[in-house]
Order: sequence, then C-alpha cells, then structure tokens
Amino acid sequence: MNNLEYIKERYNQLPSVNDLNGLGVIRQKAFEALNKMGIPTTRHEEWKYTRIGSFFNKEYQYQANQSAVSANELSAVRLPGYEQANEMVYINGRYSPELSVIRSKGLTIQPLEEAAKNEYKDIVSKHLGHSSNYLKDGIMALSTAFVQDGVFVHVKKGQIIEHPIYIYNITDARQANVLAQPRTLVYVGENAQVKFVETFSTLGTQESFTNRVIEIVVEKDAITEYYKIQTDASHASQVATTHIQQIGKSYTHTVTVSLNAGLVRNNLNIVLDEQYCEAHLYGIYLQQGQSHIDNHTVVDHAKPHCESNELYKGMLDDQSTGVFNGKIFVRQDAQKTNAYQSNKNILLNEGASVNTKPQLEIFADDVKCSHGCTIGRLDEESLFYLRSRGISENTARSLLLHGFAVDILEQIKLAPIREYVDKLISERLEFDLA
Amino acid sequence: MNNELSAIEKTVLSDYKYGFVTEIEADEAPPGLNEDTIRFISAKKNEPEWMLEWRLKAYNHWLKMQEPSWANIKYDAINYQDIKYYSAPKQKKKVNSLDEIDPELRKTFEKLGISLDEQKRLSGVAIDAVIDSVSIGTTFKEQLAELGIIFCSISEAIQEHPELVKKYIGSVVPITDNYFSALNSAVFSDGSFCYIPKGVRCPMELSTYFRINAEGTGQFERTLLIADEGSYVSYLEGCTAPIRDENQLHAAVVELIAMENAEIKYSTVQNWYPGDKDGVGGIYNFVTKRGICQGAHSKISWTQVETGSSITWKYPSVILKGDHSVGEFYSVAVTNNHQQADTGTKMMHLGKNTRSRIVSKGISAGVSNNSYRGLVHVGKNAANARNFSQCDSLLLGDKCGAHTFPYIEVKNNTAVVEHEATTSKIGEDQIFYCNQRGIDTETAVALIINGFAKEVMNQLPMEFAVEAQKLLAISLEGSVG
Repeated sequence: MNNLEYIKERYNQLPSVNDLNGLGVIRQKAFEALNKMGIPTTRHEEWKYTRIGSFFNKEYQYQANQSAVSANELSAVRLPGYEQANEMVYINGRYSPELSVIRSKGLTIQPLEEAAKNEYKDIVSKHLGHSSNYLKDGIMALSTAFVQDGVFVHVKKGQIIEHPIYIYNITDARQANVLAQPRTLVYVGENAQVKFVETFSTLGTQESFTNRVIEIVVEKDAITEYYKIQTDASHASQVATTHIQQIGKSYTHTVTVSLNAGLVRNNLNIVLDEQYCEAHLYGIYLQQGQSHIDNHTVVDHAKPHCESNELYKGMLDDQSTGVFNGKIFVRQDAQKTNAYQSNKNILLNEGASVNTKPQLEIFADDVKCSHGCTIGRLDEESLFYLRSRGISENTARSLLLHGFAVDILEQIKLAPIREYVDKLISERLEFDLA
Repeated sequence: MNNELSAIEKTVLSDYKYGFVTEIEADEAPPGLNEDTIRFISAKKNEPEWMLEWRLKAYNHWLKMQEPSWANIKYDAINYQDIKYYSAPKQKKKVNSLDEIDPELRKTFEKLGISLDEQKRLSGVAIDAVIDSVSIGTTFKEQLAELGIIFCSISEAIQEHPELVKKYIGSVVPITDNYFSALNSAVFSDGSFCYIPKGVRCPMELSTYFRINAEGTGQFERTLLIADEGSYVSYLEGCTAPIRDENQLHAAVVELIAMENAEIKYSTVQNWYPGDKDGVGGIYNFVTKRGICQGAHSKISWTQVETGSSITWKYPSVILKGDHSVGEFYSVAVTNNHQQADTGTKMMHLGKNTRSRIVSKGISAGVSNNSYRGLVHVGKNAANARNFSQCDSLLLGDKCGAHTFPYIEVKNNTAVVEHEATTSKIGEDQIFYCNQRGIDTETAVALIINGFAKEVMNQLPMEFAVEAQKLLAISLEGSVG
C-alpha cells in the first residue's frame, strides 16, 4: 500500500497550495496526475525491476525546515577545487542562498517561483516539466507537485563559465526521515559553456529519500558537461532525473557515477531536438552489500544528423542488484542518425544479479544504430596471467576491475574530480593508486 | 528513385498466390463462444470427459483474463463472439487411405504445392494436413508406427493414446499461461501429436500443413511433440490462408518436450495471408510456442521464417531445465505494407551448464513495424549458463520501423551473456558494387537480403529452405528504392 493519503495531506499543507499564479497551475496538474498514477509498482514497465513502494509506507518530513547545517558540516562534503568553483547548496531539497557561493559572471540563480513571473517566464513556462513527456509515472509527478522550492539557473548567452558549478545535496536526517525533492531548471544560452558536478550526502542515521529532478535546456552552439557522483550510505535512497533538451545544435557530455547507497534510480533523458547535436553518456556503478542501482537512459533522436554515444559499465558485488534500461528512439525525420549504446556488467559474487534491457526503437531507415551488452564475471585468463607473474589474487582482481572502470573515469574531464572519483572507486576495490 | 518506387508499388501489389478459396462443404459451429460451443466441439470430437473438463477449466480461466496490450502492435478489438470456433470440411466418416479424401480438398493441397501422395513418394516427408479446424490426413503413418513413432492428429491421439495426452498436454504451456493460450485450450479443434520413443531417430521430416479456408473462422490448433530419451526429430510446419477482407484469428499452442539426450528441431514457415497493401484483412497470428528441455543434454531448436500474417505475436521459448541442455532460436521476420510483427524468444536457463543462442533477423518494408522482444533469464542455480544473442534489423524504406526489446535477467555470477543488435539499411555502396558488376538493383537487393538472412536459412531443412528463400523474395519484391 502506497501512502498516497499522507502525501496528499502534505500537499494541501503547502503554503501556496491555492496560489494559481506562476507555477500554481503546473503544480496542480502534476498533483492530479499523481493522484491518478500513484507511486509506480513493478507492474509499471519502467519500474519492472525496481521496487520503491516501500519507501512511501514511511513517514517523512516533506517540508523540512532548513535545519541548521553549519558551514563546518558543509566543508566536510566539499569537492576538491571548491575554492574557485561556484557552489550551490540544497538542504533537504531546498536551495540555501546563505551557504551557496556564486563567483562567475553571467550566471544567474533565482527561485523558480520568481523566474516564472519575471523576464525568464517564457523559458520557464516552455521548458519546466518537459521531462514528464518522457517519464509518465507518479514519481515525476510528485516532484512537480512540490515544485515551489525549485531553482532556476540561467547561463547568459556567449558566456563561458570557466569554473565548474558544484551542486551539493545535503539531507539532514538527524532528527527524522526526510523526503527531499530538489528541483532545478537550467538554461544554457547560445554559445555558452558550463560544467556541473553534483554530489549527495546524508547527515545522521534516519532514512532519506531524494527525488531530485534537474532539467537542462541547451541552446545553439552551447557546451554542457554534467557529472553526477553518488556515494551515499545505505539508508539513503534516491530517484534522480536528469533531463537534457538540446534545442540548438549543441554538445553535451554526462558521466553518472553510482557507488552503493540503498536504492538509486537514475533517469537520464537526452532529447536531440535540433540537427547536428551530439551527446555522450557515460556511467559507472560499483555496488556492494544489498544496494540496488537502476540506470534508465533515453536518447531521443528527434532530428536528423545527430550523434549519440553511450557506455555504461557496472560491477556488482555481494547481494547487490543492477538494472540497466537504455532506450534509443530514432524518429521518422531523424535520418543520418548515428547512435551507439553499450552496457557491460561484471558479477563479482554469487548473490549479485543484473537485469538489463537495451532497447532500440527506430523509425528512420538511413541510420546506423547498434547496441550491445555483456554480463559475465572476471576473465579467468587475465587473472591467471597476472597471478603467474607473481601478483596476489586480490591485487590482480582489483587491478583488472580498476582497468575496467578506467574507460569511464577517463571521461571525467575535470582533473580534480576525476582524481576524486578514482580515489573513491579505488578505495572500494582496495586498489592502490600509487 | 521515383521511377523505382513506382516499380516497387507494382510488385508490392503482386498477388498473394495462396489466396484462393476452395469450395468445400463445411461442417461448422455457429459463431460465438460459450460453454455450449466448447461442449459442441468436444462432442464433435467424441472426447472423453476429462478433456471436456480441462477445456471448461481453461474457458473459465480465460473469462477472468484480460487481452494483453503490452506488445508493440495495434489492432481493432477482436470480437470473440463473432468467430466460428469449429469448421470442418465435410467428408464421409473416417478415411483409411489418402485416396478416399475429398478430391476438392486434395486439389487445394496440390495448389499449395503439397500434393499429399506425391510428396509421400518423392520427398519422404510425413505430412499431417490440417484444414480449418481438423486434420484431414496424415501420410506415412504405418511406416512410422513400425518404429514406434506416433504421428497423428491430436483428436486421434486423445482417442487412442489418452494416457500420453493427459500426461503432457498443458505441461509446458499451462491453461493459465496467457490469454490466447487459455482460449486455445478451451476451443482447440485439432492439431498434430507426435511421440518419438526412446532411442529412436525419426528417419524422415515430420510436417504439418495448416490452412484456414472457411470464412469467419478462427483456427486454434494444438501441437504436442514428445521426444523421449535419446531420440531425435525434425518437425516442419507451414501455413497459408485465403484472401479475405476480414481479419481472421489464429491462436495456436505448440508444446515440445525433450527428455534426456533428446533433440527436437522445429521449423516454421509462416505465410498466412498478410492483408492487402492498405492493411485490410489478414490473419492475426497470436501463437504460444514453448519447449522444455526436461532431461540432461537435451536440445530444442526453433527456426522460423515469418513472412505472412497482418499481425504476428509469437515467442517460441525454451525452458532449459536439464543440465547441459541447449536452446536455439533462429528467426527471420519480414514485414511489408501494413504488417506488424512482435516476435522473439524466451530462454529460461534453470539447469547447470545450459547454453542458448538467439539469432534474429528482422526486415521491415512499406509502413510496417517489426519488433524483436526477447528474454534471457539465468536463474540462481544455472551455473555456467551461456547465452549469445544477435538481433539485426534491416530497414527498407523510410516509413517502416524496427524495434528491439531484449530483456536480460542474470542471477548467477558464473553466467556469460552477450547481446548485440544493429539496425541499418542496405548501403548505396553495396548496391553500387553489384550494379558495377552488371547486377541490376532488384537482384542486388534480393542478393543482399538473402545474405542477411542466410544464417537463419541455413538452419532450415532442405525441403523448406528453397521454399523459404522464394517466399522471402516474393514478400519483399521491389520494396527497395
């Protein structure tokens, strides 16, 4: 039984529940959709292998106050290179202007509620919620229904944001279970360049569930890089939706890193909505214990002459479960499309399992599309090769696994972040980087 | 390009050559489905009580089920009360030799290229011919009986070998399995039954030929094939139907059981009427086919060439229960005009050291949609399971679609599973290469398509391979611009 009643009650307690200006209408529609669809069960095709119903049987704080997360606590989760970077901090899903630092010119950050009424209102009304065309489920609707605390990020036309934007999602679960719903809309103007790095951390030992949605609109000639790094503890679970809409000929590059946590569902949608767009999607997951990782990607080739390239690699240990669902759509107009997709999994333990579904839906004939996936264990012969040269079994294993991960690590173009992720993975693989 | 296109349209219009109707007096049940219909069918077949009960159980379960909607196909709702569930060519009692069969009927089969007695003499293939709802004759029965092989219609098997039928029917595809198999279990009117005893290698290809003839009928046949320990059988199946403006329903169930060290090779050339160029008429082919490798070292191999039907919905599957068992699936699915196909396979790895191989080739032309949907499941105890899947799609024209939905579930870390898929069209460079060597475009396309499908065609028995290759050429004639 999903606790929809509880959610509804919380919705009705929202301070601006009856305010239909700005975002009000969008919110109300989403709430109606949520009522209709409910929280997805495994009967929902897109949720076949991931059960999230149980997360909604618990009581959560929905509109948690921005409890005092101190500057000290923040510095514990800061990423290397933060001294120059722009930092956006979300506490329990709400943006905290006090803790955030914006250094670069040409970068405007303001509440979505405001942006929906000022000079950006056309952008907001056009693009906010575009992701729900691709994700027709109650989880997406739930985020939109509580959208009022969202943030709008505007990157000015022609502006090259030299230093990356670090996004910290901090959940304060010291007192109670928390449901955090960070919501962001990013607009990358013509000819602009920007890089994002996002992390998640939970304070305390209560349960946290994060339903985060970020929608990124990329204009003509813009370049966007997006790195999502998730390393949370096992009492923290999340559904993270990243929806990228390339509305001009543009370039995007995303890397999704998932290490452990309770249950993680990553939705990554990329809509190639103009000719000559290019998108690169990479992902790595390393799961231990009882953790569950679910990567759902959609690449929608809506226009001709676009190219997409996708590679996800996973290592599953202990009793962990992995899901990969990669969809490639090629619409009827989208001739001369090149789309590649690959998913490789290594099962490290008897109890680990993986469900993968690489899916192609193609309506144009002049295309080159291919996908492949493999599931197996560590190659015995490679192990033997190393062992015969006097390398211990453990070292040989971690060496091989690290080598497996390097393909993806190399795709992180920000050097300090690459080293940081490499360190995280190496620690878990007991691999000595030196 | 435009000129070529019109040439295409011309050839696409080329007639479905099996679309004739034979005027045979038929013994029919009135349209509609209720318990009485089932009692009627059961009584007609003079079935024992347990069979009727089984049917009624299936029917009652079917009533509670919903028609599946997950497949990537679209069609108007089927009115199950409009269908005639029983139609049998009227003929005098039981025939002992083929010479006694209605000459009209025999002419039908001659037109189809299956002259029952000629085939008997020349190719040494034993045929069970099923028209509309009933089996009209089985050849080579006596020769097979000498080896202990039972090959007859399923109605006959219910009469003469009830213990075998009772034991195995519904054991692979239970009546509760899915909507169409439940319907089939309730109303199936005939089909083939085959039992290969221990250690016998069936000396000839066994074959069933299905033909829908009467108007407004549905065909629900049931095939049950049991290969006992150490035996081998190769089984062929072919189907055609007349041209009609209505959509006719074909919901068959095929069950295969392979015991220890047994091997079953099951080949299908499906050429039901696909509908005309505007998508009017054609057969809805909603079929459940499943085999179980019951014993160790057994093997089941499905080969299918799907060129007909307006809608194909079919997933020949193998349950790899015995250790070291092997499952194979080779498929060529061709869709043209408004045809829709959602087909693929399921490989359920349960035993240890099981292996499976999937090769699926989809060819779409016109405004058709062709989907591969497959499941490879490796259970917790299926140590060292091995699977390789390959799904290639070829698109001919810019209005058709090719889709791939492969589900892969692995619960054992010693399994090795690989899947790969590609989608492409015939390259201009390939055509140019052929043109350069004096091969015209049409022939070049046929050549390339044949090459594309060769891996699967090679799996077909000789008798079928030639026919299938021709069929492929006809189905796609001129559909490339």
